[in-house]
Amino acid sequence: MNLYQMPASALSKMIKSKEISALELSESVFSRIKSVEPKIQAYITLCEKTAIETAKSVDQKISRGENLSPLAGIPIGIKDNICTKGTLTTCGSKMLYNFVPPFDATVVDRLKNADAVITGKLNMDEFAMGSSTETSYFKTTKNPYNLNFVPGGSSGGSAAAVASGEAILSLGSDTGGSIRQPASYCGVVGLKPTYGAISRYGLVAFASSLDQIGPIAKCVDDAALLYLSIYGHDELDSTSARISPFSWEIENQDISMLKGLKIGIPREYFSDQIDKEVKDATLNVLKILEENGSQTFEISLPNTKYALSAYHIISSAEASSNLARFDGVRYGYRAKNYKTLTQMYENTRAEGFGNEVKTRIMLGTYVLSSGYYDAYYRRAKLLQNKISSEFSEAFKKCDVILTPTVPTTAFEIGCEIDDPVKMRSNDMNTASSNIAGVPAISLPCGLSKDGLPMGFQLICRHFEEEKLLKIAKCCENLIGEIKLPNI
Amino acid sequence: MSSKYELVVGLEIHAELSTNSKIYCSCRNKFGLEANSNCCPICTGMPGTLPTLNQKVVEYAVKMGLATNCKINKISKQDRKNYFYPDLPKAYQISQADIPICENGYLDVLLKDGKIKRIGIERIHIEEDAGKLLKMQNFDEALVDFNRCGVPLIEIVSKPDMRSLEEVKAYLETVKSYLIYLNISDAKMQEGSMRCDVNVSVRPVGQKELGTRCEMKNVNTFSGAVKAIEYEYRRQIEALEEGESICQETRKWDEKLSQTVSMRTKENSKDYRYFPEPDLKNISISQEEIEKISSQIPQMPNHKAIRYINELGLRQVEAQLIAENFEKARLFEKTLEINKNINIKMLSNWILGTVSEYVNKSHKNYSEIITPENLSKIIIYIQSGKISNSSGKKVFDQITLDNSRSVDEIILDLGLEQISNTDELEAVVKKVLDSNKKIVDEYKKGKTNVLGYLVGQCIKETKGKGNPSIIRDIVTGTI
Repeated sequence: MNLYQMPASALSKMIKSKEISALELSESVFSRIKSVEPKIQAYITLCEKTAIETAKSVDQKISRGENLSPLAGIPIGIKDNICTKGTLTTCGSKMLYNFVPPFDATVVDRLKNADAVITGKLNMDEFAMGSSTETSYFKTTKNPYNLNFVPGGSSGGSAAAVASGEAILSLGSDTGGSIRQPASYCGVVGLKPTYGAISRYGLVAFASSLDQIGPIAKCVDDAALLYLSIYGHDELDSTSARISPFSWEIENQDISMLKGLKIGIPREYFSDQIDKEVKDATLNVLKILEENGSQTFEISLPNTKYALSAYHIISSAEASSNLARFDGVRYGYRAKNYKTLTQMYENTRAEGFGNEVKTRIMLGTYVLSSGYYDAYYRRAKLLQNKISSEFSEAFKKCDVILTPTVPTTAFEIGCEIDDPVKMRSNDMNTASSNIAGVPAISLPCGLSKDGLPMGFQLICRHFEEEKLLKIAKCCENLIGEIKLPNI
Repeated sequence: MSSKYELVVGLEIHAELSTNSKIYCSCRNKFGLEANSNCCPICTGMPGTLPTLNQKVVEYAVKMGLATNCKINKISKQDRKNYFYPDLPKAYQISQADIPICENGYLDVLLKDGKIKRIGIERIHIEEDAGKLLKMQNFDEALVDFNRCGVPLIEIVSKPDMRSLEEVKAYLETVKSYLIYLNISDAKMQEGSMRCDVNVSVRPVGQKELGTRCEMKNVNTFSGAVKAIEYEYRRQIEALEEGESICQETRKWDEKLSQTVSMRTKENSKDYRYFPEPDLKNISISQEEIEKISSQIPQMPNHKAIRYINELGLRQVEAQLIAENFEKARLFEKTLEINKNINIKMLSNWILGTVSEYVNKSHKNYSEIITPENLSKIIIYIQSGKISNSSGKKVFDQITLDNSRSVDEIILDLGLEQISNTDELEAVVKKVLDSNKKIVDEYKKGKTNVLGYLVGQCIKETKGKGNPSIIRDIVTGTI
């Protein structure tokens, strides 16, 4: 097995025991990047030079006998909407084609302090709006399991990089499913933590009240490792919570947590819109869990059908305001031709944003306009409360909720980009946890007959990441790994 | 002012708060620095940055709210006000829309005729200031200074309760004095730390409903506010007289042209698309915090002035002048406390005269110059005739040089004590009168204005130490 194919948890031990050097690991990842990146197109910016320097410094620290964090020397890719000091941060947009932030996002700061090796900045749908990376201004990332298929989105670059060995771990962001959907499409693990669990400082905002940064990894251990290195209160983010830490010690064969575990199966998440193959794979997981002592039963979250509408209204409203700062005045793209201030604004924004972004800005502007605010934004916020309390009610009966992550497997490049309704149905099962703020994780549960990965989703109560990850780990122990892609 | 139409004015006053740091980041809150030298990724709205609220701003707003008798909302909300302008780097201003920190208060202003007018306060909310656009000849050359971005503001919105220019002036002065008294703002209109938008309407005298109002922006000085209102009052009356109706609009006061010009009408009014700021939590203030802040609020200058007039018998002008400055009023009150027999009129003259002159000259604070104990002693000594008024000033001068010296010590050192001993003075008077027989005769013939000369000669004879009023009595008694 090549180093780039191995999980971070194992690599971390090998580096510490000097079985391998951090430099060897980084070189392995960068040589993998050289060979597959032309096909996968996961990165917008590569940071090979600084990555190699960091790896060398980790090796020096080890030779001096310093006590290092578990992430020391681990190559990690960062979604391109997370600010990196001195390194281009484009959000996949022409608008920020030249934007170099003067500061690090809190998560990046924490990774640097942990001596992690930052490999580069990963492709994404423009401003995280999309489900395929096709709305990226720069490129469309390919699914490592089939290069004609999308990797999902918006964190498509993050998922594809981990699946293809172009990074050991990566960071994504999830506003309506943007970590879990690409994780599901690429056969990797993706965690959307509780809203407030990880600082958003330095994450270029799409929808401030829904956005969360989270890890994408090959396995649950790795996701936990990365989560535990970046979570927790940040004084720069007023919405970040003070949460107590937990230790991650769970044996590979341990499935004891599953005994008597109450698993809720929300019928609304198994509708006719879910592919039979995906549904069957999820039901198969349930069967395995039942066989191992879990109690599974149907529950109902009736307002689920409105979650996607609430999600689109709230996220677009916030986006219309968050993206207003891209006006050509201070940084990023500015139109060449204009005579007046208004023309400068109009031309800059007309030329700098892609269609998906413009659509959402217009929608968001509309729902916040006087006369429409009450009909749309206010009602969406009321719906949000309702959906949240439905989850709270459900969690009185069950410990965890299990659903398919996405209705389908990955789709072919180009086949949904002109069908926004179909494209948005990708978020059908994921957006509700952003609306409610609860943590959710997507895990692979096999390949379809076309050889594409399928995923299922586990959802827990607010700030129950420890429980969620440990249940996920048990599931992983029983289901086993899926076949690696052949690129 | 027309006798046919009544003026109706409401003011929205923006005051920059004098906190150490800005409202949502840790940049210093300081005026007059080199352009763009005092800003950071947060206050310039760089992508990815987030605001964190400076709690001092809340405390200051609550102070103003409590001082103006407002209800303090225990939970209030922050909202985004969206609009595009180059000096607004996030393209939204964080403000408060439907739930401000303070609402429903009032302020009593003292008018020239001694009457008190109560002006309602609709609300006081917090918000961030924008940067400054430095206008060049054309748009291409415009420059932006972001230093002012994120400077904390409170907006004090009055009810449309003002009916005359005098009331507007008095209200502005009172608000300014509150801000300074509470030590929460410099309130300098010239530096832009206090600005106001003015809402003006007119209505026929006796009509109950308010007329259509026009809002005027960009009023940067007190006199500008008054001139703008005057102009607008005439303009609206003229329009009504000619049978036109007033259209609701926003107008801009042009200081150079001394007139208001239309900016936008209601139909074209901006839709700010307010919505709750998702990056910040609601502001919550506990009852304990409110009580703590409340206990720190002194009596406000207008109430002090009213008390000085009613209880101490000061004239309104003096009362207001003493009350306008916290330290000045404190010196006045403390001095009064030490000896209740002090002559209040004399004390007021001393504070407004000698002491204030020195404060203005030295730029020192009232509290640094003289203690109430020393001031009380000087005035009591003058009252009792121990020293003359001019010697009192000499003592004051010495104290300003070295305030560790005692009044008695200075009087002794400089030999300022007056001769009030009648026997001693009678001898002096006799001597002077004897050697000025001619003038005494003139006096006797009715030329009484020579009295001053005679008294003066006596004082000269005592080398300036003779008590003038006693000498005067002896002179007139003797002749």
